[in-house]
Amino acid sequence: MLDIKNITKTFNPGTTDAKKALDSLSFHAEHGDFVTIIGANGAGKSTLFNAIAGSFITDSGSIFLAGQDITLTPEHKRSRVIGRLFQDPMRGTAPGMTVEENLALAAGHGGWLSWLKSADKKLFRERVAMLGMGLEDRMEQQVGLLSGGQRQALTLMMATLNPPELLLLDEHTAALDPSTAEKVLEITKNIVEENHITCMMITHNMESALELGNRTIMMNAGKIVFDTSGEERKKLVVQDLLNKFKEVSGKNLDNDRMLLI
Amino acid sequence: MTTVLTLLETALELGLVSALTVLALFLSYSMLNVCDLSTDGCFTLGATVGAAVAIAGHPYLSIAAAMLAGIASGFVTAFLQTKMGINSLLAGIIVNTGLYSVNIAVMGGSSILNMNKVDTVFSKVRELTQETPLKGHYKLIIALSAVIIVALLLGFFLKTRVGLAIRATGNNPDMVRSSSINPVITTIIGLCIANSFTALSGCLLAQMQKSVNIDTGTGMVTVALASLLIGNVFLGKKKMPLRIVGMVLGAFVFRLVYTIALRFDMPAFMLKLVSSLVVIAAISIPYLKEQMPLFKRRFVHSRKEDERDA
Repeated sequence: MLDIKNITKTFNPGTTDAKKALDSLSFHAEHGDFVTIIGANGAGKSTLFNAIAGSFITDSGSIFLAGQDITLTPEHKRSRVIGRLFQDPMRGTAPGMTVEENLALAAGHGGWLSWLKSADKKLFRERVAMLGMGLEDRMEQQVGLLSGGQRQALTLMMATLNPPELLLLDEHTAALDPSTAEKVLEITKNIVEENHITCMMITHNMESALELGNRTIMMNAGKIVFDTSGEERKKLVVQDLLNKFKEVSGKNLDNDRMLLI
Repeated sequence: MTTVLTLLETALELGLVSALTVLALFLSYSMLNVCDLSTDGCFTLGATVGAAVAIAGHPYLSIAAAMLAGIASGFVTAFLQTKMGINSLLAGIIVNTGLYSVNIAVMGGSSILNMNKVDTVFSKVRELTQETPLKGHYKLIIALSAVIIVALLLGFFLKTRVGLAIRATGNNPDMVRSSSINPVITTIIGLCIANSFTALSGCLLAQMQKSVNIDTGTGMVTVALASLLIGNVFLGKKKMPLRIVGMVLGAFVFRLVYTIALRFDMPAFMLKLVSSLVVIAAISIPYLKEQMPLFKRRFVHSRKEDERDA
């Protein structure tokens, strides 16, 4: 499914600020995997997502997705098969356009000069109603008027309208209030399960890192330092992850938003 | 009474012709969020190309030729900013400068072309309406039809998928990329179309006034921006079709105010200063309003400090 071989990325190469954000990292995920990713600040979690999504091209190594070599593919082409959500709910939607227009762009039905059809409008309404956030009555309102939680749920809907091969979730509930975050997470789980989407999720919540999905990886200094799944993972508790981190990095896991319990 | 009507009609004609440039800026500035500073040069380009083709004996072809020239100019501006790493403002300025030479070349090395005895779209329509009740209103007919056609096309275009993508490019390019659309393409398409409107605007103005010179387009970007901002005051918050109507209205109101000012003996050369002031006011007033509470707090604060010192 996803096959990453020895990718490396150095920011500001050749200067005193040079930082190896990804250090010959290799990773493999099977179809239908739900991988949670944890790590300290600057461990390279988001950088890994940027590399997979094509926000930059890696310095070396290769990336294969569903048998296709996407190492040098530009970002807008990868987005046909990769959906992505950010922590910032503002990043995924166009605030000056209506809910319907945002969905129309994400759906990508029809040719360049085609108009939004009423069948599509109906489909969008139905899909948005499934979010249970009352968005179906605000289809003609500008997205900029929605709350962060509504925008994030809409972005999730947009990213999965055409189910992608791979869904990248970069702490997509971190900026929401606890109850909205829970709701968005619930919607995420449903959509991922329904469409059998392979999913990778960065989280600062150690508890949900172990609870959600079927595999957890820990990153440090641009490398994957711990990878657990199956029976071994089921037995783990948060304290085990903390111990593991201390063991591999020699220091305590410090992420300013890390929730330990 | 007749003079008032004539004045109104002249304001309407000029307003409608410049409304085409306002619609161009509506697409590039309001939708695509690119301030296209090649507008002045492109306006003149449309005028010179249109004049040259009309003088060569093709009055109708001159319109198409001018618009094609505008598309080419818009493509260069867009290409420079999306593919060559040149800042978008700078790209416009560079193209604008280059167009100065191009425009003189199009006019055969001279800086002025005269179309007094040349067949243009205007003279053709004047002949056609000679025997009808519309006699004498040929300028208005052409300007109005051009604006209606362009406004309708723009309205429909902005509802298509590529139109939505262009709007999203100015709104949130990240989101465009994640919708599998290349924002480079949308920027190029948007600027090509916008500049074809600008060139059409220049072409019509030149043929209406039966002459073109190298300064025809100077300051056009500010004049059009002023009209655009006035239009936004009226209908800026409405839905798309009304916003487009607002642009045309803005262009007309701006011309009307200017025409009235001329009647009250304001010299004609003040047009550009007035348009500069309108743009400054329209952009800075909302900003200053936002800053007002802070100014007030600072003022109160300093007053308190003074009292304490006293």
